[in-house]
Amino acid sequence: MSRRARMVLLALGLAGAVVVLAVGVLGLPAFGGHRHPYRDLAVAASFRHATANAVSAVNFDQRALDTFGEETILVASVAGVAALLRPVRRERRRQVDPEMPVMDSTRLLTAVFFPVTLLIGIDVVAHGAITPGGGFQGGVVLATGLHLLYVGGRYRLLERMRPLPLFEITEAAGLVSFIAIGLAGLAVAGHLFSNVVPQGRMGQLTSAGTVGLLSCAVGMAVVSSVVILLAGFLDQALALEEEPAAGQWDGREGAAR
Amino acid sequence: MIIVIAALLTLVLIGAAVVVFTRRPAQQAVTLGGYGVLLSLLFVAVQAPDVALSQLAVGTAVVPLMVMLAVRKITTLRRSGREDR
Repeated sequence: MSRRARMVLLALGLAGAVVVLAVGVLGLPAFGGHRHPYRDLAVAASFRHATANAVSAVNFDQRALDTFGEETILVASVAGVAALLRPVRRERRRQVDPEMPVMDSTRLLTAVFFPVTLLIGIDVVAHGAITPGGGFQGGVVLATGLHLLYVGGRYRLLERMRPLPLFEITEAAGLVSFIAIGLAGLAVAGHLFSNVVPQGRMGQLTSAGTVGLLSCAVGMAVVSSVVILLAGFLDQALALEEEPAAGQWDGREGAAR
Repeated sequence: MIIVIAALLTLVLIGAAVVVFTRRPAQQAVTLGGYGVLLSLLFVAVQAPDVALSQLAVGTAVVPLMVMLAVRKITTLRRSGREDR
């Protein structure tokens, strides 16, 4: 196909996308207005299942299959990154110097914020059905909090706190338990991800039925995914180095890795 | 409320421009983190605390850390390549 034909095709595609987008946007209720048809449906549905956080009700109850797709995408992409970042033959592992120069104030802030961040992360995962947050947000907070140890110069402690083989298992277990809860709904109530667990009283920790369970499953998968992801990057940046005999590095080989 | 949203949208626009015009990747990771804070404030203003929390955790912590570590790795690779020559 010639350059001209490709440009014509591109222009046609862009024009089509713009037309479809414009029609869609013009059909939306105005910004900040008082008519919210989707909200009216979603909030009523979340109240029916005693879920105080309507966003979690949408994510884990009304559209749980979408969330399963998103979780799968996350786990698959982390698997891809882990494959790209794995040590190759020409790299060797060296001991990371434990005595990294870190300011005393940084050490102090790490010591204060490490337990606080972990607690907030657990809280956000556990209360996903009640307050803003949920498995994804809490999982990322937990994984980030764990890496405060690296900021505070405690890389050895970080390595001990995140046994990677265990996190590889919990990553898969999070994904499997998510679909298992969905299949349990299929078995009991006849359709996938139906909320079959007793829903309790709205606002309680045990309310909202499967929403809290699915939130915990996502939290497990997300915290493991982010830990594995950052472990790959930290390994590459700190612990792995080129074999000295391997000659000079050239960009092509690095790109193929 | 509309004034707060307009002000935050302007700040987000300025922040995005700062990120785009920061040339060195290591500095860009820092400006990206600042831009992430502005974005999460905007999300809070439009009543989306869930999204703001995600943005805060991913945009200001995980992504800049990944960029910094990648920059560090590339710098060490370049340095070892130069020593061999």
